[in-house]
Amino acid sequence: MHRSHPGRARPRRAAVLVTALGLAVLTGCGGGSDDASGGEGDEVVLVTHDSFEIPQEVLDTFTEETGYRVRTLRGGDAGVVVNQAVLSAGNPQGDVLFGVDNTLLSRALDAGVFTPHESAGLASVPEEYQLDAGQHRVTPIDTGDICVNYDRGYFAEHDLAPPETLDELVDPAYRDLLVVENAATSSPGLGFLLATVDAYGEDGWQEYWQRLAENGVEVVDGWEQAYYERFSGAGGSSGDRPLVVSYASSPPAEVAFGGESEELPAEAPTGVSTGTCFRQIEFAGLLDGAAHPEGGRALLDFLLTDTFQRELPMSMFVNPVVETELPEVFTRYGVTVDEPWSVEPAAIAEHREEWVDAWTSLVVR
Amino acid sequence: MTRSLAVRLALLAPPLAFFALFFAYPVAAIVGRGLRADGAWRFGAAGEVLTDPDLAGVLWFTCWQAAASTALTLALALPGAYVFARLDFPGKRLLHAVVAVPFVLPTVVVGAAFLALLGRGGLLDELWGVRLDNTVWAILLAHVFFNYAVVVRTVGGLWAQLDPRQEEAARVLGAGRFAAWRRVTLPALAPALAAAGLLVFLFTFTSFGVVQILGGPRYATLEVEIYRQTAQLLDLPTAAVLTLLQFAAVAALLVVHGRLVRRREGTLALRDPATTAHRPTGRAQWALLGGVLTVIGALLVLPLAVLVERSLSTPDGYGLTHYRALTGTESGTLAVAPWEAVGTSLRYAAVATVIALLVGGLAAVALTRRGRGPLRGVDALLMLPLGTSAVTVGFGFLIALDEPPLDLRSSWLLVPLAQALVGAPFVVRALLPVLRAVDDRLRQAAAVLGASPWRAWREVDLPLARRALLVAAGFAFAVSLGEFGATVFIARADSPTLPVAVARLLGRPGELNYGQAMALSTVLMLVCAVTLLALERLRPARSTEML
Repeated sequence: MHRSHPGRARPRRAAVLVTALGLAVLTGCGGGSDDASGGEGDEVVLVTHDSFEIPQEVLDTFTEETGYRVRTLRGGDAGVVVNQAVLSAGNPQGDVLFGVDNTLLSRALDAGVFTPHESAGLASVPEEYQLDAGQHRVTPIDTGDICVNYDRGYFAEHDLAPPETLDELVDPAYRDLLVVENAATSSPGLGFLLATVDAYGEDGWQEYWQRLAENGVEVVDGWEQAYYERFSGAGGSSGDRPLVVSYASSPPAEVAFGGESEELPAEAPTGVSTGTCFRQIEFAGLLDGAAHPEGGRALLDFLLTDTFQRELPMSMFVNPVVETELPEVFTRYGVTVDEPWSVEPAAIAEHREEWVDAWTSLVVR
Repeated sequence: MTRSLAVRLALLAPPLAFFALFFAYPVAAIVGRGLRADGAWRFGAAGEVLTDPDLAGVLWFTCWQAAASTALTLALALPGAYVFARLDFPGKRLLHAVVAVPFVLPTVVVGAAFLALLGRGGLLDELWGVRLDNTVWAILLAHVFFNYAVVVRTVGGLWAQLDPRQEEAARVLGAGRFAAWRRVTLPALAPALAAAGLLVFLFTFTSFGVVQILGGPRYATLEVEIYRQTAQLLDLPTAAVLTLLQFAAVAALLVVHGRLVRRREGTLALRDPATTAHRPTGRAQWALLGGVLTVIGALLVLPLAVLVERSLSTPDGYGLTHYRALTGTESGTLAVAPWEAVGTSLRYAAVATVIALLVGGLAAVALTRRGRGPLRGVDALLMLPLGTSAVTVGFGFLIALDEPPLDLRSSWLLVPLAQALVGAPFVVRALLPVLRAVDDRLRQAAAVLGASPWRAWREVDLPLARRALLVAAGFAFAVSLGEFGATVFIARADSPTLPVAVARLLGRPGELNYGQAMALSTVLMLVCAVTLLALERLRPARSTEML
């Protein structure tokens, strides 16, 4: 078999590989255990979705003020995170959950995920956002509007006024121009469906979608495909549809992340059809059975402070619920939506599946 | 015999414990949660779900698109397996690494690249006015893109070690070129072929992102439906029934595969791959090489090139703006520099690879001798995670591993564990055919010469299987690097892994975010290519001393 021993060199190479992997494991373990053991007892765990983003300096401020260190656990999109919280109700993964919105709120409240805490700064939050004002199981933190966005360039070029309302979207002038997301799998898709439910009522929204379908609405699965692949107004996009369901904050984001030169443009490349908006309100709450309830309460209070609230626009492109000074890209390129559409969380919880199923067979199949 | 059975059982204990703890128990917990209410089993729910007419449509689509994808992948990739196994040409190692890159890329990125080729205003549209987005063709082609390497590596890995003289002998005895291949080489390749076909079928049967992005909302596989019921609607009873249905389908598949392999698998005289390849001779071989390179160029390299092109494209022409942005936090979406995701991913993937090699390697060694009796079917069992929805496993972890000492829910270890669950079956699949093909007389000869079983294994099996081991390690590492499914359903404490960071950047408007997502995808691609290339280099260059 082994006629000679030069082959011995090779096991050494395998050994090098194994050693390298082993070292990588050790460094991996080292990095991990640092996170787990440091600052025992003074830690508070924030469970949130993948879109949560806040500069570390802001969280450091919280640590300086209260002594609690924040550890963030991210798990998928908002729907997944809320479902995880429902499944682990009473024995939660962390102390505070941030990111349950009004479309998911009832599911979380019904499952008894949260324990009440009246946040210190709640007095300065408008009442319309306090959807659990009676029991304070959740605290409103930010809002955002899901709206149709339009490509300014396209409408200028075609000498056409962009649509401003839901009614106008079924106008033949806008045939084959709109792309929306799947309401079954995408949160802006669901928000836009709910806007039409509020606008045309439980009996009328299906007829509206019928007309929207006849007017050539395109459905794609997620926001990424709709915005980056199909929408013509996104920077660098090759899409050819000048209307897309996105957010009211997308135009400021287009400017902020436009990659253009330092100078700010006269106006954003995209605009918002303000009559088509569905308002999302995002809440945070203290998880029932939290290991560090005191730290959790302190964190909930912190989320309503000016320090945290003023970071929301540029970090997550949502609006603060407490009045703070907005950054320039928001004041110059953003819009305020005065009368957004909305649906009661309880009604959403009760009819969501039925509406989405009806919508699917109407528009998709 | 009983003693050897005891040894094998002892070897199997760690893999089985791993499997039970991190797969069977969590999945049983989440399925049980769906099917039990108030302490009683509710099997009535199953009847309701199974008689839903929509489900029949979903099932039919799931099956036929998987079968079509598998057939297409085998047809396009088998010539590739031959070329990589038998022919020598410049840049072979590089290309061998490159074809495996698609396999590890996140679907959200690949979807974007494919749309740019197949969609409106894409290359096909410009050249011939053909659009394939929202058609089944886009899904099938993307499935070939992802799984080409599975066939090339699994089949090619064994093919390269088959002794070409056997086929030559058949031809000397008067068989035609094709007859010789069909009667000598094909039967010898059967186990690897079946394994590759099975893997491709499994991946496409449980396809999720590709179907969603390229097929549009009109097409849904069983996996898409399970995701929707679990992650969106939290309808656990329906999800549980669908999960069991998918289990049944996957189990049936694995049983068929097991039979197939047992019937065909034989002991082969394996040779070092370096001695079996030669430079192409004759028109037919050159034409085959050209054809394979064309397929790879059009189906694999072109979409990857689109990614690179997009990562370099800025408002002021081509440049490295997006790459520079990766190192900072000031101009982007993520609170940590996206660049750090590379380090996180490499660490996780290394840990996952070690776990997968331990678990899969022990299982493969224990299962080398085909057994009757208790061990039959264990290798099929270890394949089950590949046919299970990531959301089922992720949510199962959440409710099953929630009590000390097993409360791993907020531990960083959960991510590599989930990745290893996906990587271990690859290790078993890559090692087992090679270990089983080792001529037992070699081991017997070693024993006669006085070697202990351990020594015989180390001196006989290990050297012969080293290449397979490296292939296994490479695959496990690459799969872990790109794994997105399970990790996205597990709460993660660390900075994001590469695929998660890409998805987060893509979830924001703004050209800079998009460009950074593309740049980070390109980095992921390069890291994978370099890893796979490094493993290619580790393979023995001249090993004529063997046999």
